[in-house]
Amino acid sequence: MFGFLLRRIAVLIPTFIGVSIIAFSFIRLLPGDPVALLSGERVMTPERHAQISAQLGMDRPIVIQYLDYLGGVVTGDFGSSIVSKTPILKQFWALFPATVELSLCAIIIAIALGVPAGVIAAIKRGSIFDQGLMGIALVGYSMPIFWWGLLLIILFSGTLQWFPVSGRISLMFFFPPVTGFMLIDSLISGQKGAFSSALSHLALPSIVLATIPLAVIARQTRSAMLEVLSEDYVRTARAKGLSPFRVVGIHALRNAMIPVITTIGLQIGVMLAGAILTETIFSWPGIGKWMVDSVFRRDYPVIQGGLLLIAAIIMVVNLIVDLLYGLINPRIRH
Amino acid sequence: MALLQIDNLTVEFETATGWFRAVDGVSITVEKGEVLAIVGESGSGKSVSMLAVMGLLPWTAKITADRMLFEGKDFQALSPADRRKLIGKDIAMIFQEPVASLNPCFTVGFQIEEVLRIHLGLDRQARRARAIELFRLVGLPNPEERLNSFPHQMSGGQCQRVMIAIAIACDPKLLIADEPTTALDVTIQKQILDLIMDLQTRTGMGLIMITHDMGVVAETADRVVVQYKGRKMEEADVLSLFENPKSNYTRALLAALPENATGDRLTTVSDFFDGNPEPASEARA
Amino acid sequence: MADTITDIDNSPEVISSSAMRRQMLKEFWFYFSENRGAVIGLFVFLALVFVAVFAGLIAPHSPFEQHRDAVLVPPIWTDGGRAGYLLGTDPVGRDILSRLIYGAQYSLFIGIFVTTLSLVGGILVGLIAGYYRGWVDTVIMRVMDIILAFPSLLLALVLVAILGPSLTNGMIAIALTLQPHFVRLTRAAVMAEKSRDYVTAARLAGAGPIRLMFRTILPNCTAPLIVQATLSFSNAILDAAALGFLGMGAQPPAPEWGTMLAEAREFILRAWWVVTFPGLAILITVLAINLMGDGLRDALDPKLKRS
Repeated sequence: MFGFLLRRIAVLIPTFIGVSIIAFSFIRLLPGDPVALLSGERVMTPERHAQISAQLGMDRPIVIQYLDYLGGVVTGDFGSSIVSKTPILKQFWALFPATVELSLCAIIIAIALGVPAGVIAAIKRGSIFDQGLMGIALVGYSMPIFWWGLLLIILFSGTLQWFPVSGRISLMFFFPPVTGFMLIDSLISGQKGAFSSALSHLALPSIVLATIPLAVIARQTRSAMLEVLSEDYVRTARAKGLSPFRVVGIHALRNAMIPVITTIGLQIGVMLAGAILTETIFSWPGIGKWMVDSVFRRDYPVIQGGLLLIAAIIMVVNLIVDLLYGLINPRIRH
Repeated sequence: MALLQIDNLTVEFETATGWFRAVDGVSITVEKGEVLAIVGESGSGKSVSMLAVMGLLPWTAKITADRMLFEGKDFQALSPADRRKLIGKDIAMIFQEPVASLNPCFTVGFQIEEVLRIHLGLDRQARRARAIELFRLVGLPNPEERLNSFPHQMSGGQCQRVMIAIAIACDPKLLIADEPTTALDVTIQKQILDLIMDLQTRTGMGLIMITHDMGVVAETADRVVVQYKGRKMEEADVLSLFENPKSNYTRALLAALPENATGDRLTTVSDFFDGNPEPASEARA
Repeated sequence: MADTITDIDNSPEVISSSAMRRQMLKEFWFYFSENRGAVIGLFVFLALVFVAVFAGLIAPHSPFEQHRDAVLVPPIWTDGGRAGYLLGTDPVGRDILSRLIYGAQYSLFIGIFVTTLSLVGGILVGLIAGYYRGWVDTVIMRVMDIILAFPSLLLALVLVAILGPSLTNGMIAIALTLQPHFVRLTRAAVMAEKSRDYVTAARLAGAGPIRLMFRTILPNCTAPLIVQATLSFSNAILDAAALGFLGMGAQPPAPEWGTMLAEAREFILRAWWVVTFPGLAILITVLAINLMGDGLRDALDPKLKRS
């Protein structure tokens, strides 16, 4: 298991270096003066230019600059935002919990609904249930989620007034962030109604973000389950006199989950892309909205650092999924 | 009272071209402690009839029978839940592909203890002790360690031993062995067959041996049912079947045994059999 | 149905390659038409193509003309609806139906352009990687891994931020993020096919590497590429609309569906129709293509479906 982990990490290193090269070089590929772009100062005298250039270390050879940047990244120095002048990593850690909270909620919804839907469709293969569920799944898979979010706002925030339109919690509540997770912080604060306010703010964004992963997981579970149900060991389980629930829910599902786990891992990348749109629609202060805002403000150091950090998160998540995969599939582990 | 009595069993499957009859009016009886062999080529419906008894056919299969009695209890009248109380406990089955028949995601210990818990309600310690005892009984070395193994860590022969241990875990009254040695190496085949027969004599359970191998039949069976294309061709005790086969088809089966081959070509059943089960003299008349 | 195929296999007159191609098409259509959803998807898609091609004849108004007297008119069947504006008008009085009809041109063009670009690029790179192997392969596949390490929309967003927001830049960015899938597919197929006897035979007969790659190997890995191309088509439309929605794709006043949504956002609680219809158009288009994609996958791989 340990060797397996080391091998997986070894594969990640060149990819991470490649990602850092891309993040590093794209600013230098921009039309325009990278010194001006990175400092955010449009008009400057040649002296000022030289001064900033030296300050940013941009007068040195490009390879040295890159190594310097990589060294900074490894020690946690991603530079500072042009707009707010705060360190990028600090901004990232302030916003990251919001995205994690949203994504976790979404993936829980997607798994909790997607896996049972896929299992039912597989058991009732060809029935009206199967066709209905898979039809809905294909619609979900084809959904432009930015529009889906707007529709839900029209219906649930506008017409029915069940859920708020935007933000993480009602403005009447204020408490200092402890964990960064609003659901937990609102409980810690002990203020009446804070938790339910946080929950109602989370409802619509997480439904929107869950839509596509839910559809993909349901489709994948169905096809994996169909394959597994025809295996000999499922027949053995039934020959033991086990209840259908046990045969499907334990013997078949455990095997069907092996490919589904991989799918769930791949959905993390999809979710982060979805978070860009979802957070924009619901003004959710997470890293997706941060990236979009930075693109609009031309805050290039933030775009550069955010790109690298997001890619790193995806790689770490994929690594965890690989390890989970090893745990659930004994043939890999040994 | 017979252990298992099946009268006029018919099993049909729906295919693109209509209903296909896999088993056609077959009647089978097994007495307590008796070894019955069901012989036939692949596609003769010999497995399907036993899978129907076990309730293992897909729900698309249409099963009809005049009677399907196990120890006098009518299987067709039992609810699925009541039937499951017997399946795996009083009637057990082992299959052709031992490695594929065990769940790759669970240890073999889990897979045998599961039966002990569900049918006998044993507690954790009792289950473990019984599982070790069963593994020892089927000749698995180091049973304590083996319990923690996954199927892919074991050979085909060992897996089949595990399957047998699972099958006999609750002291079944009837064991159905569906080609239990076909997928194994020749040297292992003999060991597994000896193990099954040894367990049968020791426990006195009824045994149905489904096979296409006349050698296995000769070695194990008291009585033989010969099946061809879903129909019963002949039923006889084992001695008279080999000495005086009544059906044309049985004769063809026997003539096609490799040891009876002459010249440089192996004969096949179709060399001797034209689809007419009646004895040759009558067929000519 | 099994009989149909046996007939095809056994027919003695199958000699000419054009006849064989016709047979293959017939077999393909047989499996494809079995899938009701796929046929519906195909017809919806053909209808969209028709609408896009004849947009100028079908659309009741110009997509850009601002009817100052008809601002935010609701759809015709609701209270306050007005004849001539079937799906209502937007905040500056443009006819929504006409804009949607012209928007079909955008979406189909985006789909075709992006798919072609990533398909051609991906096949070329994948052929090279799979055929030459060695360090060329290693470098190419590492680069593809790196591209896949980013969420596609994020990468597209950043690329557009560099190149400047426009539809062309958006399409190039999306094509770049979709391309690794084609590279991987082509490379895997080439590696599998390269060791086959027919390739060795062709090489012995004196076929050069170019001929080997394109005439001998490539036709044998078209099926998965076609399926991936349909997937890319719908992804391209979705991503381009998302970019438009974020203000990074097609720029106003272009009647691109995602851009229309972005312009309509602030009116969502006042005028539901300006938001509902462009999104519905995206959903229907993408759904139709995905339905077709499922049908194609089943039809091109009958073995997979039957098992």
